[in-house]
Amino acid sequence: MKIWHLLASIGLALLPGAAVAQDAAPQGPGPAPGAGPVAGQRLTVDITGGISQPMPIAIPVMPTPSALNTPAGSTDALGAQVSEVITNDLKNSGLFSPLPKGQLKPVSFPQVSAPDYPAWLPTGAQALVQGFVQANGDGTLTVGCYLYDVFAKSEMVRQGFVVKPADWRRGAHKCADIVYSRLTGEGPYFDSQVIYVSETGPKRNRTKRLAIMDQDGANHRFITNGQSLVLTPRFAPSRQTVVFMSFENDQPRVYVYDVGSGRKRLVVDRPYTTFAPRFSPDGRSILFSMIVNGNCDIYRVSASGGTPVRLTASPGIDTGGSYSPDGSKIVFESDRSGTQQLYVMNADGSGQHRISFGGGRFATPVWSPRGDLIAYTHLGGGFSVGVMGIDGSGAKDLTHGWQDEGPTWSPNGRVLMFFRTGKGSGKADLYSVDLTGVNERPIPTPLDGSDPAWGPLLP
Amino acid sequence: MKMTPTLLCTAALIALAGCAKKPPAKLPPAPQQTTTAPETTTTTTTETRGPTPGSRADFLAQAGSDTVHFATDSSDLDSEATATLTKQAAWLQKFPNIRVTIEGHCDERGTREYNLALGDRRANSAKNFLINNGIAASRISVISYGKERPVATGSDEESWAQNRRAVTVVPQ
Repeated sequence: MKIWHLLASIGLALLPGAAVAQDAAPQGPGPAPGAGPVAGQRLTVDITGGISQPMPIAIPVMPTPSALNTPAGSTDALGAQVSEVITNDLKNSGLFSPLPKGQLKPVSFPQVSAPDYPAWLPTGAQALVQGFVQANGDGTLTVGCYLYDVFAKSEMVRQGFVVKPADWRRGAHKCADIVYSRLTGEGPYFDSQVIYVSETGPKRNRTKRLAIMDQDGANHRFITNGQSLVLTPRFAPSRQTVVFMSFENDQPRVYVYDVGSGRKRLVVDRPYTTFAPRFSPDGRSILFSMIVNGNCDIYRVSASGGTPVRLTASPGIDTGGSYSPDGSKIVFESDRSGTQQLYVMNADGSGQHRISFGGGRFATPVWSPRGDLIAYTHLGGGFSVGVMGIDGSGAKDLTHGWQDEGPTWSPNGRVLMFFRTGKGSGKADLYSVDLTGVNERPIPTPLDGSDPAWGPLLP
Repeated sequence: MKMTPTLLCTAALIALAGCAKKPPAKLPPAPQQTTTAPETTTTTTTETRGPTPGSRADFLAQAGSDTVHFATDSSDLDSEATATLTKQAAWLQKFPNIRVTIEGHCDERGTREYNLALGDRRANSAKNFLINNGIAASRISVISYGKERPVATGSDEESWAQNRRAVTVVPQ
């Protein structure tokens, strides 16, 4: 619990050191305003264009007012590490082209709030991210973050983040998030976590363990020991609990796991297989599938337990339910027409209607957190991951692997993570792709990985 | 009077000696009997060394197979599957105290969650056939592993065909 509350964002009126404070003081406390409409309008990144060139951006090493040792290393070294995390976040989004290290110039502490624009102009960088790392008297760190428009010679946004030394990467992700948001107009997503299934062992008998990591693969930790087969973990909106499926005692059932206490609880105590769990957006309900006498339907149950409510009643396989962000609708898959297709119904199960009509089968629908799109797995030849409108229009496959399956949305609804299984080997790895389909890249994990579920933005 | 006991003793000794002498004369045949005896026991042990009635091995021997296969994305039983299940049912009739678990499996060409449901459908197809052939439903439990536990590891038609299956698991 504590971890999540340790990070505070501050207006950079709190800028340390007299020299910088003079520059910062005119901005006043609270969220600093942007540099002005002119610069803001001019310097934007079109994220839906697809063909647009990544924006050149300079992210020099962040200086420290005084090099002090912290549990996470000296503030000197942290300044370099923070700028590297920011660089990777922005580069991996596919929308930015950070200058190579060789073209970056050293920035002195006073220059953080007074950038040397003439020096940056020849590099071609349109935007400049500067900042500092400071050790505070109470044992915390402050990561200061400033975004400048190099051509307009103006400040666009500034913010400071107070973190525990162990959470220094979160300060860097928060900085990358405000840069990304300010320049794209989209919501942030870098300061977030992913829960997934870590895989190892032979194809006949894979060992599968739940693991949580940062969105960029850092701070990886295992949650289960691999004794039982586990599948399809998904975060609750609060991120304090996770719902997943386990074959413990040869009884395939849905469990809720408390990340803080490490305790887990059976969701529905009935002699039937339960699977495909997913929380409602308010975290109060869990949607899941249950097979009763060979018939698989979708049910809803209170997150605290109780009697499940049956939402579908077709003799086909109804599974894979996912709520719209306002909780009013559910998208799911059913083979009631003969093959797997996508359907939408009201949250109470009424008004079921098919939305996918393209060639092949459509599966694993997930409603975007923005509400505008539904991500899916398209089966036809191979498996592809793609998106369609909530009425099924404009279906577009974004990937083309041998088996790309199980998309999950970034908190801002602009990036998908999924898993790609190799032909023959059966080895799976995590990948991400943006909505243009152009920026596809592997997500590093210690072992193989499948069933990713992207958590919400950290507070 | 005094002689009688000694005579009796000698008579007894002679008798004993006579008895002692007789077995050696009959010894040769004895080994012959013991050599033929193992032969008969070997033949009887090969009969009992075959599967213990009611065991998994016995089930496999009598039913021919513990596995039936399915077409792509199907849980329908073909004639080969029903022939195997008919033999499984006959065996289960003979051992009414044995409970079985039917595992349903899929090939890798379906999505994870759908395959869990499809595997369950396959296991239930086999279960329902056994029920219709007189096996009590209470004796049969089902579990689906979806695509999680393939037997053939290739990504080709032959492997996929082997992996689309329902396996009747009898306790060891």
